[in-house]
This record gives sequence, C-alpha cells and structure tokens, in this order.
Amino acid sequence: MSAVRALIGTRKGAFVLTSDGKRDRWDISGPHFAGWEIYHIKGSPADPDRLYASQTSGWFGQLIQRSSDGGKTWEPVGNEFVYDGEIGTHQWYDGTLRPWKFTRVWHLEPSLDDPDTVYAGVEDAALFRSTDGGKSWHELSALRRHESGPSWQPGAGGMCLHTILLHASHPQRIFIAISAAGVFRTDDAGQSWRPINRGLKSEFMPDPTAEVGHCVHRIAMHKSRPDVLFMQKHWDVMRSDDAGESWQEVSGNLPTDFGFPIDIHAHEPDTVYVVPIKSDSEHFPLDGKLRVYRSRTGGNEWEALTKGLPQRDCYVNVLRDAMAVDALDSCGIYFGTTGGQVYASPDAGENWSAIVRDLPPVLSVEVQTLP
Amino acid sequence: MIRLILPPHLRSLARVDGEVELELDDAATQRTVLNALEARYPMLRGTIRDHVTQERRPFIRFFACAHDLSHELPDAPLPEAVNTGTEPLLIVGAIAGG
Repeated sequence: MSAVRALIGTRKGAFVLTSDGKRDRWDISGPHFAGWEIYHIKGSPADPDRLYASQTSGWFGQLIQRSSDGGKTWEPVGNEFVYDGEIGTHQWYDGTLRPWKFTRVWHLEPSLDDPDTVYAGVEDAALFRSTDGGKSWHELSALRRHESGPSWQPGAGGMCLHTILLHASHPQRIFIAISAAGVFRTDDAGQSWRPINRGLKSEFMPDPTAEVGHCVHRIAMHKSRPDVLFMQKHWDVMRSDDAGESWQEVSGNLPTDFGFPIDIHAHEPDTVYVVPIKSDSEHFPLDGKLRVYRSRTGGNEWEALTKGLPQRDCYVNVLRDAMAVDALDSCGIYFGTTGGQVYASPDAGENWSAIVRDLPPVLSVEVQTLP
Repeated sequence: MIRLILPPHLRSLARVDGEVELELDDAATQRTVLNALEARYPMLRGTIRDHVTQERRPFIRFFACAHDLSHELPDAPLPEAVNTGTEPLLIVGAIAGG
C-alpha cells in the first residue's frame, strides 16, 4: 500500500509526518534541528529517500542538511554560498543601492532525475546549483547579472528567490520567481535569462506594467503540462498558457485575490488551489474564516472549501511554500499555517482535518508519495 | 590546551557535550582557535565567522575572563589564562530576538 511523507519546515525546527494511504493517522518525528528556522525541505524525485533541508539562523547563518534515509538521519553538507564575480547592487527599501548579500536559502529544488543535483533559491536573490549532493554550491550568475538586476528590490520578507520550477520535457528550461522582481525563464540551463512578466499589473509600482518589479508570491506548474503556469501574485491570481510569455488574470470570483501559496491537483491540471487572505496589510483570512478556494476550470470560477477548517476567529496565514499535494489516486491537499497547524484533505479538498496542530509557525510543506 | 564553550545550537550541530578542548600549535588568538575548531568540526564552518571574509557573525560574541573580546583583532593574543587552559573561551550567541 502506498504511503505519504510530509516534510514540514517551521520557525523552530523540522518535522516529518508519515501515514499510510488512508491518511487518517499520522506519525510525527521531530523537531529535527530544534530551535533553527527550517525554510524548506524537499525530496529528490529520483530518490525519495534523499532529502535536502535549508536550516538557517540569524545567529549562526546557513546550513544545508541532507538525508539519505527519508529523514531518519541527517548530515550537514556544504554551506558556502558565494556570489560569482562582481557583486553589484540592487535597490534597498529606502531607494538607495545596496550590494548583494547572502542571507539564507529559501527554497531547495532537487533535480528531476539526479539525486545529487539540487538548486537553491536564496536571499539576496540568486540561484545556486550543487551537483555533488549539496557539498559545494555554484551560482548560476547570469540571472543576477541580468540588466534589470540593479532595479530589483526586496519585498517585505526580503529579496528572495522563492520558486524554482524545472521543466519536465525541456531540461534546459527553468522558471524562477523573485520577490519583488518577478518571473524569469532560462531556455539554456541558466546561461541566459529573461523576464516573463507581460500581463502582470502591480499598482504599487510607478509603472504598473513594467517588465520587472512585480511581487510574485508563488508560481505552480503541473508536470504533464509544463508550459502552463499559475501564479499567486501580491494581488491577483494569474495564468499563462505559453510558458510565461503572457499572463491573464484568473482571479474571477475569489473574495480577495491576495495570498501566498498556489498549487495544482496531481491528476487534474486545471484544478488549482489558493488560500486567499484579506490584504497586503492584514495577512489573515477574510472574516476569520479559513477557506481554501479551488478552481476546476483553470481559474476564474472558484469554490470555497471549508469542511473541517475553522470558520470563525481564525487569523493565521499560509506562507508561499506551505502548500503541497500528494499523488495518490484520491489526491491529497496539504497546507501549514503560521499558527502551527498542518491541515490535510485526502479527497482533493472536500474534507479537511488537522494532522498536527501545535507546531511552531509553519514555513513550508512538501509531500512525498511513496510506494 | 585551550578550553572552549560553544552555544547550545553549535554543540548540537557538532555533536559535542560540555566543553571542547583543543591543542594549538601557535599562541591562542581568535583566529588560531577558530581554525583548530573548524578543522576538527567542519560542520561549524560558516556558523561563527564568514567563510570568505572570516569576519565574526554579527550576533556572535567572544567572552573570556569576564571580558568581552569580540572586538579584539582576530590575531590579537587571547588572555594568558585562556592560553594555559585555566579559563575557557566562551563563544556566545548574543541575546537578541525572542
């Protein structure tokens, strides 16, 4: 029988939750790396027991942890993230120029076919790659050196590269997203990049339709249709059908189109999930009701999913990397909150329950479907 | 023999209990102590000082003999009591945040 393993990163450590295919009883191990911020943990698609974790601290800096046994044991690997060549400057909050400075790894994206190759999206925004299982890291610096780089600026959470999407059928193609610069694409494995933000509109910018500067919160791709992308932006839910060449708004009937995570059903490429929150200044659910919204039409038409979720006095947030899906026949949907709950639905969003509810604030959720 | 006390998070990372004892070939300075520490515990590289610049991380402090030595130069001699192992060198995570 299949099993599911959920990898939870929190403000104070990592937790690994496991269940059989019924997903009604969960074993919890952790905290791993207690007291450290775990921004992200992700398993290799090529070897599910190979996991990578970003362990970080304002005191002690960045570590990368690697497991080869599905999270039972871990070993620290390389943590030297050095920008390649001339550092350059970007915009700071006050409009001054500031040299790029490495702060932390926000997101780890293992290769689709090699367990020893993994990408890291970092703050200040840059993309690194390791081909030796995380021992050494090398920047794909053409991204940071893009001519628009000096105009990039941090979002409220820092100038982070938070999304890395690897194209399943075109290995040279990678999409990344940066807050607040926007989405970029390479078609030559990182040797060159270009912004792909046409159609985005951000009212906080002097030119709302500028080529870069958009605060993209998250993008999602279904592996069977890798040139169709969905985006949760600072405001607006967007869709691209041409690998990011153009974007159309698909917020439709959402009660608010501000939010952070977005994800796609494992077997239905047009079934999309978001968690709307009230606004950019009030990062909590509208009316205190925690609702996941699902579109089965690729956007525009959304339905609220509430059964089992708190429908009063709920003021948590769901961060950008804190939603995931499993690949069982009845697709499971998972998300973690800043209140420390991880909710799961074993039936594509119809019914929800908290599979753990008193963790530190959840930063990230990834889910592996195991044989 | 130099005695060193690490903050709890770094003890966990290095998998050590209590004090760390280091033998140095040279006189004890911040640099020689950290070089020896990182040679024995490579997982600590980058956690106390920057990989490239070798600068102390901002929220790390070095205390010994009831003095804050954090702003001493990396090659300045540590107190004789540290050099002889009479007193430990404390590497401290500064009180900040919650």
